[in-house]
Amino acid sequence: MKAKHQRLILALAALAALIGAGLLATSALRDEAAYFYAPADVKTKGVEPGKAIRLGGMVVKGSLKHAPDGVTIRFDVTDGKATVPATFKGIAPDLFREGSGVVGEGAFDRSGTFIATNLLAKHDERYMPRELEGMRYDEQSHKMKVDR
Amino acid sequence: MIAEAGLAALWLAASLAFLQLALAALGLAGDKAELLGAVRPVAVAQGLLTAIAFILLVMLFLRSDMSVALVASNSHSMKPWLYKFAGTWGNHEGSMLLWVTVMGVAGAAVALFERALRRHTHMATLGGQAAISLGFYAFLLFASNPFARVQPAPADGQGLNPLLQDPGLAFHPPTLYLGYVGLSVAFSFAIGALLTRQVDAAFARAMRPWVLGAWILLTLGITAGSYWAYYELGWGGWWFWDPVENASLMPWLAATALLHSVTVLATRDALRAWTVMLAVVAFSMSMVGTFLVRSGILTSVHAFAVDPERGTFILALLGLYIGGALALFGWRVGAVREGAPFELVSRETMLVVNNLLLSVILGLVLIGTLYPLLTEAFGHKVSVGAPYFDRIAGPIALMLMLVMVIGPLTRWRRDQAAAITRRALVPTLVALLVIAILAFKAWGRIGILPFLGIVIALAVAVGSVAPLWKRNLRRTPLFTWGMVIAHLGCAVSLGGMASDSAFTVEKLVAARPGETVDTAGWTLRFLKIMPVAGDNWTALQADMEVSRGGGTPVLIHPQSRFFASPPTTTTEAALLTRWNGQLYVVLGQEAEGGRWQLRIWWKPFVTLIWLGGFLIALGGAMALVGRERRGWLLKWRSRKAQEALA
Repeated sequence: MKAKHQRLILALAALAALIGAGLLATSALRDEAAYFYAPADVKTKGVEPGKAIRLGGMVVKGSLKHAPDGVTIRFDVTDGKATVPATFKGIAPDLFREGSGVVGEGAFDRSGTFIATNLLAKHDERYMPRELEGMRYDEQSHKMKVDR
Repeated sequence: MIAEAGLAALWLAASLAFLQLALAALGLAGDKAELLGAVRPVAVAQGLLTAIAFILLVMLFLRSDMSVALVASNSHSMKPWLYKFAGTWGNHEGSMLLWVTVMGVAGAAVALFERALRRHTHMATLGGQAAISLGFYAFLLFASNPFARVQPAPADGQGLNPLLQDPGLAFHPPTLYLGYVGLSVAFSFAIGALLTRQVDAAFARAMRPWVLGAWILLTLGITAGSYWAYYELGWGGWWFWDPVENASLMPWLAATALLHSVTVLATRDALRAWTVMLAVVAFSMSMVGTFLVRSGILTSVHAFAVDPERGTFILALLGLYIGGALALFGWRVGAVREGAPFELVSRETMLVVNNLLLSVILGLVLIGTLYPLLTEAFGHKVSVGAPYFDRIAGPIALMLMLVMVIGPLTRWRRDQAAAITRRALVPTLVALLVIAILAFKAWGRIGILPFLGIVIALAVAVGSVAPLWKRNLRRTPLFTWGMVIAHLGCAVSLGGMASDSAFTVEKLVAARPGETVDTAGWTLRFLKIMPVAGDNWTALQADMEVSRGGGTPVLIHPQSRFFASPPTTTTEAALLTRWNGQLYVVLGQEAEGGRWQLRIWWKPFVTLIWLGGFLIALGGAMALVGRERRGWLLKWRSRKAQEALA
């Protein structure tokens, strides 16, 4: 086989790999990229059950309930415009508390409850999930304020 | 005084970098030997000055000099000395100074120790290294001065992010940076060779040890970082596909591809343009990674202090250097002569496939990491997490591992498919045997990827030692042993990953002191919970007695730690290592009725993941020593021969 033919074969293989990788990336991104939703987006746009998303907002004061098994919690997430119920089974982050910001990774079930498989809360005093920038909880009015 | 001296050293080093670039450029342009003769001493002086600046910053941290803004906002006078020391690079400015220091010292090392490279290419390389350093000096001096003072000086300082208060901080970032930034040498080599149009086997042989050195450190840094995240974050996972992790993985993938292609260039004088391209890409990935980490434009579990404005600066540097290098590549690639030809069935082709697959993984990881940025520009907030990366990287990595079985068994230049099949017979039989056993034992209980992972890991383990078959082991060169050990390390690591995802048992309970929890053959007796105190933290500690199958009970102590400055709680998981796996226990929060949340994992053979990473690095080190020693021996012999003639 001539050297030129071999180069051609290698180039074609590279091209095929490139196209294959591109297709793989697009399909995987379509299925697996988790879009960020605030509760108001959930209410207006709707999210199909089972689709992996990130839900972010503040934990409503007085909504946190502990299940009898000691490891499941239920709480409401709000962005000031809408509120959705959520549950989480596991060890919640230390800074997860009522009135504080939270981003949950998970999906909605058929009843419209968000089943979080992972919770991200404020990491330390300086870190805030980026999606929640500009949101804060007003202590006096017990309402969400959004500075944008 | 120390801070001012540090700043002066930094300014002086920056000026020397400029001088180094000017001397190299003018010397090469006018072919003036006297100018070129000064490049090496200047490079060494520059490296020394950066090292001095870095040591001065370390001293400021050790003395807790709170009049320095960086120390005040990242350290605390009550901290144990190890964390004062390591805290030097546990922040933005300090880590950027470390970056510049590594770059300067690497440049000095190239000036001092590089002997194989032709003189003009050597000088052009040093000029290139100075040119990259200059941008980062500017970034440090104008946008992130580590030596800035604060008025008035606070009494104690704000303290280090407690997640970073761990011995891992002393080892992981410096190692990672040495590897990360060490790749700048390969980048400068590529620039130098393109400028002097000397891309050939001799160039590849000169570049190889530098690539290998950076790659070894990068491998160690990633391995250590993975283990650190595994025990410190308390999630039981060892890789989160977080942007910060991807930032270290991408240069590693490029460097691994480069390591293989540079071997093709050194041995067979083929893949010239491609190797130069990879050298440019590898360090470009380091810079992209720094941009992602330092600009804070992506959400990360490891996001510490971040500042979007600095991102623009790094982005400008990125554009300048990557764009400049690619433009130079485009301009000069025509001058790179075609390398030696090879047959389709040959070691060269196998290594091309290796490079292709590594590049595809690199591209897909890059797309996944940057995709959230792209969509955010269009107003959608998106996160791309483990499901995407597992789905794309998993299958391709397994294909890569398959090539790893066959590649080392294939001959250079030309080979016969039938002969390769014969040589790969034993690994294939082992794989088939494992498939049979696994299918019989665990079919339907484990996922398809972990299943394939275990099969391929064992095939690679056998395949990796197959090149030693029928060889005189004592006369096998050390660098061949290096390849065998590194490939074996890949198999060991893959085995650990597959075993962890296939066989891990997890249990989440709330238990009272005095109760017993059974899981995966282990019995955990929850004895009591009590407060304990450390140097700058207090903690709630659970005392537990664990035993397996009626064996001797062992005490373990998972903690939930509280740090006062800054106020933060961290989980300290209790790890119990056995030869066949690890027991991982996390203490959660208090639940109703005096119960405590406990999360328990039994992870069979999970430690193989990091053992494998260590073996990969060890293999690299053996190859490095083997090649260098052979060079010394050859030189020594030729000198002896010359003396005998004279």
